[in-house]
Amino acid sequence: MKRRKFVRNTVLSGICSASGVELVFGALMPEGYLPLAFQEEDPFELFEKDRGMVVLNNRPWNLEARAHLLNDRVTPNKYMFIRNNGLIPENIDGSRWTLTIDGEAVEQKKVYSLEDLKSGFKQYTYQLTLECGGNGRSEFNPPAKGNQWTIGAVSCANWTGVRLRDVLKDAGIKDNAVYVGYHSADVHLSRDPTKEPISRGVPIQKALQEETLLAFKMNDKDIPRVHGYPLRLVAGGWPASASGKWVQRVSVRNIVHDGPKMTGSSYRVPCEPVAPGSEVKDEDMCIIESMPVKSLVTFPKSGALLDHGKKLRINGHAWAGELEVSKMEYSIDFGTSWMQCALDKPANRLAWQHFTAEISFPKKGYYEVWARATDSLGRAQPMVLPGWNPKGYLNNACHRIAIKMI
Amino acid sequence: MTDHKRFWRRERAVYRILIVICAVVLIAAIATVYFMAAPVNEINDTENGYSSIPEEDPDRIENGIHLRTGFAEGVGLMETVNNCTGCHSAQLVTQNRMSREGWVATIRWMQESQNLWDLGEEEPIIVNYLATHYTPTDKGRRENLANIDWYVLEE
Repeated sequence: MKRRKFVRNTVLSGICSASGVELVFGALMPEGYLPLAFQEEDPFELFEKDRGMVVLNNRPWNLEARAHLLNDRVTPNKYMFIRNNGLIPENIDGSRWTLTIDGEAVEQKKVYSLEDLKSGFKQYTYQLTLECGGNGRSEFNPPAKGNQWTIGAVSCANWTGVRLRDVLKDAGIKDNAVYVGYHSADVHLSRDPTKEPISRGVPIQKALQEETLLAFKMNDKDIPRVHGYPLRLVAGGWPASASGKWVQRVSVRNIVHDGPKMTGSSYRVPCEPVAPGSEVKDEDMCIIESMPVKSLVTFPKSGALLDHGKKLRINGHAWAGELEVSKMEYSIDFGTSWMQCALDKPANRLAWQHFTAEISFPKKGYYEVWARATDSLGRAQPMVLPGWNPKGYLNNACHRIAIKMI
Repeated sequence: MTDHKRFWRRERAVYRILIVICAVVLIAAIATVYFMAAPVNEINDTENGYSSIPEEDPDRIENGIHLRTGFAEGVGLMETVNNCTGCHSAQLVTQNRMSREGWVATIRWMQESQNLWDLGEEEPIIVNYLATHYTPTDKGRRENLANIDWYVLEE
């Protein structure tokens, strides 16, 4: 079997290189005729992910965690969700990587090597919550288009790098700066080299925050390739798409950045609320900024059977975009009554917070433990789906797990 | 030895090497053609203790599912496979549920911004297929928890 595969792959790649048709042809070839090596890529091995992670899409690669996999206080790589709009760049050479700062609102265009960044600027480490804007999309009704994320497109890892603001100030920001937009090395799904899969960014105020990093380390190691090696913009608390991977260029714009996925219905929601299923014109859509308050019960895994009389310890995380979570509660009676959880302070601004509680159940039977976080402005998670929007963003409805007392 | 003879002897060595190179290239070419032309399943390893595997149809359907892609069996399946899995996986389609208008709008969006080609007369076939097999169901404002794996919690 191995030999057969080897022969086939060798011959196929030989044909490809001999005829010079690899890219164009490769992309158009029906899947069954692609070299086996491509078909049989094991994402768990390829990206060093736990086998409990769920593959939503293999081209482009999109994987999500499940609630119980996210129990660590700091998310390790193996449980971090993967979100791609395009194809992961190949053959990245960190030693030759450069970052260009340019744009209408920069004093002078400047190019930095990774070494320039590491040695020229002070380094900082923060725990930063990154959640996909479409996390929870699968629940919207009518359904919203895109990868059907359930609850696992969120992480909070340690990110180490230099402050974007230090680098921007080194290049010089003009008074007319409005936004920064990133440009990355990933490849469009159609392999059209003139197209960028995604080029988003943040307003200049967010770019200048202390915690907004040009990161080169995740959890004290080089950033894994799939998460943006060798350089990633990290803007915690905002849709994770604002945290561009494989960043080669940051443009300081004198307008709201207009790269792919900044316009239309991408990462935008109706400026004014709409009824489910409404059509919304592009000009009536507004860019998502901070993510809303949300929480996850990460222990126990949903489906626990317990002897009646035993207490159940639960724990999890809560986060609130730009804000802090000020209160964490649980309910075992579908919201009739809410009990308070013990809630930690965040390790730093924009890090998720940990909570625990010990629960007693009044009698045998089926229960759901619902968790509800409230942010520092008093806004709590809804128990039902929040406002419908065309692309199904910002679902922060309460998470719940099933428990049976036997 | 005359100059002519010395020249010929030297040339003969070069000539021999050339023949060997040509022969190697020819054998490699024949081997390549053989492997290309022969269906993979016919390259058996029986003499080494491996057994041949039965001929597999790349478009095999089992329990109503097109195995290679995960698409549902139905009229328009192959048109959909051939036009909709060139750039992205079938999973991006099968995860989604849209009305007929929604699928048409998605095709238009891909044609405008994602380099999708004109689907020509296959478009209504594909739209019909998608709207039939991947149509929305009403989920209400919050669904019951489903597919719970019950287990005994030891602490």
